Amino acid sequence: MPETRARIGVFVCHCGKNIAGTVDVAKVAEQAARIPGVVYATHYEYMCSDPGQALLKRAIREHRLTGVVVAACSPTMHEDTFRKAAEEAGLNPYLVEIANIREQVSWVHSGPAATEKAVRVTRTMVAKVQGNRALRPAELGVVRRALVVGGGIAGIQAALDIANAGFDVILVERSPSIGGHMAQLSETFPTLDCSQCILTPKMVEVARHPRIRILAYSEVEEVSGFVGNYRVRIRKKPTFVDPSKCNLCGECARVCPVRVPNEFDRGLSTRTAIYIPFPQAIPSTYTLDVQNCLGILPLRCGKCAEVCEAKAIDFDMHEEILEEEVGAIVLATGYELYPKEAMAEYGYGTVPDVIDGLEFERLLSASGPTRGEIRRPSDGKVPKEVVFIQCSGSRDPEHHKPYCSKICCMYTAKHALLYRHAVPDGQAYVFYIDIRAGGKDYEEFVNRAMQEERILYIRGKVAKVFREGDKVVVWGVDTLTGKRVEVRADLVVLAQAVVPSPGTAELARKLRVACGSEGFLREAHPKLRPLEALTAGVFLAGAAQGPKDIPESVAQASGAAAKVIALLSAPKLAHAPEVAEVNEELCSGCGICAPQCPYGAISVDEVAHVNEILCEGCGTCVAACPSGAMTFRNVEDEQVLRMVRAALEVADVGV
Amino acid sequence: MSGFEPRVVAFLCRWCAAAGADLAGTNRLQYPPHAIPIRVNCSGRVEPQWVVEALKAGADGVLIGGCHPGDCHYVVGNYKTRRRVYLLRKVLEEMGIEPERVRLEWVSATEGGRFAQVMAEFVAELKRLGPLHEPGGPG
Ligand SMILES: Cc1cc2nc3c(=O)[nH]c(=O)nc-3n(C[C@H](O)[C@H](O)[C@H](O)COP(=O)(O)OP(=O)(O)OC[C@H]3O[C@@H](n4cnc5c(N)ncnc54)[C@H](O)[C@@H]3O)c2cc1C
Ligand code: SF4
Ligand code: SF4
Ligand code: FES
Repeated sequence: MPETRARIGVFVCHCGKNIAGTVDVAKVAEQAARIPGVVYATHYEYMCSDPGQALLKRAIREHRLTGVVVAACSPTMHEDTFRKAAEEAGLNPYLVEIANIREQVSWVHSGPAATEKAVRVTRTMVAKVQGNRALRPAELGVVRRALVVGGGIAGIQAALDIANAGFDVILVERSPSIGGHMAQLSETFPTLDCSQCILTPKMVEVARHPRIRILAYSEVEEVSGFVGNYRVRIRKKPTFVDPSKCNLCGECARVCPVRVPNEFDRGLSTRTAIYIPFPQAIPSTYTLDVQNCLGILPLRCGKCAEVCEAKAIDFDMHEEILEEEVGAIVLATGYELYPKEAMAEYGYGTVPDVIDGLEFERLLSASGPTRGEIRRPSDGKVPKEVVFIQCSGSRDPEHHKPYCSKICCMYTAKHALLYRHAVPDGQAYVFYIDIRAGGKDYEEFVNRAMQEERILYIRGKVAKVFREGDKVVVWGVDTLTGKRVEVRADLVVLAQAVVPSPGTAELARKLRVACGSEGFLREAHPKLRPLEALTAGVFLAGAAQGPKDIPESVAQASGAAAKVIALLSAPKLAHAPEVAEVNEELCSGCGICAPQCPYGAISVDEVAHVNEILCEGCGTCVAACPSGAMTFRNVEDEQVLRMVRAALEVADVGV
Repeated sequence: MSGFEPRVVAFLCRWCAAAGADLAGTNRLQYPPHAIPIRVNCSGRVEPQWVVEALKAGADGVLIGGCHPGDCHYVVGNYKTRRRVYLLRKVLEEMGIEPERVRLEWVSATEGGRFAQVMAEFVAELKRLGPLHEPGGPG
C-alpha cells in the first residue's frame, strides 16, 4: 500500500496577505502535520517565488518526500510551477497537487470557518496525493505537414508562412479558385490600393510554391486523429478540365450555350457552365460546372470539348477522395454576408436596385460587370443619388444579429468616396448609428469621407425602403435633429452583417471545434489564446473566427502560422498521462465504455483498450463501466472516496 | 434547525464550475463555506457511487457542477451526468433520502456570481432539510 511508505510534504502559502490575512496558515500547517503519512509541513510567504520554490526543492531532497501538496492559489495558476520545481528536485511531477485555499477559501470566506475549510481542502488533497502514482507523459511523433482550410487572404497568408518555414502545406479551397472575398473587392481602405493588384502576387506565390499543394474545388470530408497526427479525407470534385493542358484560350466558354448567374459578380452578370471565375484565378484553369452543364455527352451538347484544341476537357474525370496525414490544421473559412431574404424591411432581394456591399464592390471593380462604371442593376442607369445603410442586420439583437460587423463603417466610407470619384455629380447619403473606426489611419479615412462634398452622413436608422416608379425611397429618422428624412434614391447599398461561411458549423463538428453563439469559430480563450481552437493542433485565422478586415485577417493568419510552425518543429509532442486505463483482469469486454467516448479512444476485443494519445481524459467511460474495470490514472475511485472521507472527517480541525 | 451546519462535498468540473468558483474568488464574492470542493476533469467523471459514499460518509448534500449543456469541454460529458444524476436521485428517493440533497448545476467559467449564489442556495436548502445523519453518526 502506498500510504505505508508515503512521505508527504505540505507547503502552505501565505500569498502575502491574500491567504494569510484570512486563513490561519500556521494552523493549517500544524493540522496537516498530524495527518498520517505527512512527514513535513510548513508555511511560507510566497511559495511561487524563487526562495519558495527553493524551499520546496530542499524539503523534497532532505525529507525524501514521495508526495507534495502545496496549499495555495488555484491550480490553474501555479500547478505547472510547482510540478516543474518538484521534477528538478527529483520528484515525479504527477506526485504534486495543489490545494486551492485562495480563490476557493480565503477570498470567499472569513473567520474561523475559512481556516477550517482550508484545513479540510488541504487534507483532501493529501488524501489524493497518497494515492497518486508517478506518471510519464506519452510521447508521440509529429507529421510535419499542415492543412489549411479556406483559400481567402487568411488561408493564403497562413499557407505561405508555414511553407516558407519549410513545411509542406495542403490548401483546401471549396470554390474553383483561391482568393476569397478579397478577390472581389475593388480598392481597399484605408489606402485605396487596388485589391486584386495586391492579392494576385500572393496567389501566384502560392501557386508557384514548391511546398504548397492547392486542392481547389475540394472540401474536407472527415477528420480523425489528434494533434500532430490528424488523418483527413478530402473530397475533390471533378472540374472536367485538366489544368496541365488548359491554356486558358477560353474557346470553350465562347461556345457554351448555358448562362447562369455569375457568383463572382454576385449575380450581377452571367457566366457559362464552363468558366473561369476571374482571369487571375488560381489554379489557373477553367472549370466545368456539371450541375449547369447541359450534358457532357456529345448528343446532348459537348461543344466545349469539340473546340478545345489542347484536348484539356476530360468528361471521364471522377470525384476523388484523398487521404492525407497532417500534424496541424488551420481553419480559415472566412465569412459570407447576411442573406438577402432576411432584410425584407430594406427591400433587399425584392427591389433590384437595393444591393449589398459586395455587389457594390463588383460595380466599382474595373474588371466587374460594368467595367468599373457605376450602373444600377435594374436599367443600367448611372445612379445620381445613392443611399448607403450601415449596420444593416448588425447590432439589432431583436430582429437580426446582435454584434457589430466591424468592417462596415470603413467600407461604407470607402464606397461613398469611390462613388464620388466615379460619379462626380452624384450625391451620396450614409445612414449610420455611430462610426467605429478604431484602426490605424481609419478615423482619418472616415473623416475624409465625412468632409467630402456631396457625401451626407445622417445619424439615424432607416425604417423602410421601397420602390416607387424607378426610384428607391428610403424613410429614416435623423436622430440628431429628430426630423424624419426621406431620400428618393436611384440605388441603395446595404452594409449587410458579416456572418460565418455556410458550412462552418458542419466543418467545426467534423473537427470537434466549438462555434460561438453566432456561429463563428470559437477561440480557446478570448483574450489569451485567440489563434487556436480548444482542440489541440487546430488553429483559427481570418473572418471565420469573427468579422475582420484584411490587415487583421493577415495578422491572425501569420500568428496562427507561427503556432503551427512551433508545433511542427517540436521533436516530439507530449500527451498528458492522466488518462483512462483498463484493468484487464476486471474487464468483461462488454463494450459499454466504447460508445461513451467522444474521441473514439476505446477499442474493444476480448477486453477494452484505451488509446492513450486519443484519450482527452474526461473520465466518462470510467463512470460508465459496470465492472469497475475502467480506471483513471491518479483519479482512481478509491482515491476519490478517500478524498471524500478526508473532506468530511469530523475529527477536530483545531479551529 | 438552528445551529445546524450542513456538510457538503462539491464535485466541480475543472473547465467550468471550478473555474467559475475561482472567478467568484477573484471577484471576492462571499458565500457559505460548507462545501469542500473536489475538482474533476469533467462532470461526466463523477460516479453515482461517489455521491452515495459521500452521503454515507457524513455529507448532508452533494453538489455536482458542470458546464452548461452544449459547452462541455469533452463535448457530451455533462449530458451523461445529467442522466446519471436523474437515475441516482430516483434511487435515493426509494431509499428514503431526499433527492434535493444531490444537486446538479451548470456553472460556466464566467459565472462567478452564479457559483456563489448556487452555493448559498444549496446550503440554505440543506439547512431546511436538516441533517441526514443522527448526531454522532457517520463521519
Ligand atoms: C463589401 C466589403 C468590402 C470590404 N472592403 C475591405 C477593404 O477595403 N479593406 C479591408 O481590409 N477589408 C475589406 N473587407 C473585408 C475583407 O473582405 C475580409 O477581411 C477578408 O476577405 C477576410 O479574409 P478571409 O480569408 O478570412 O475570408 P474570405 O475572404 O471569406 O475567404 C474564405 C475562403 O474560404 C473558402 N471556404 C469557406 N468555407 C470553406 C470550406 N468549408 N472548405 C473549404 N474552403 C472554404 C471560401 O470559398 C473562401 O475562398 C470588405 C468586406 C466587404 C463585405
Ligand atoms: S465498460 Fe468496463 S468492462 Fe465493459 S468493456 Fe469497457 S472497460 Fe471493459
Ligand atoms: S476518459 Fe474520456 S476521452 Fe478518455 S477514453 Fe474515457 S471516454 Fe474517452
Ligand atoms: S468538461 Fe465541464 S461538464 Fe464536461
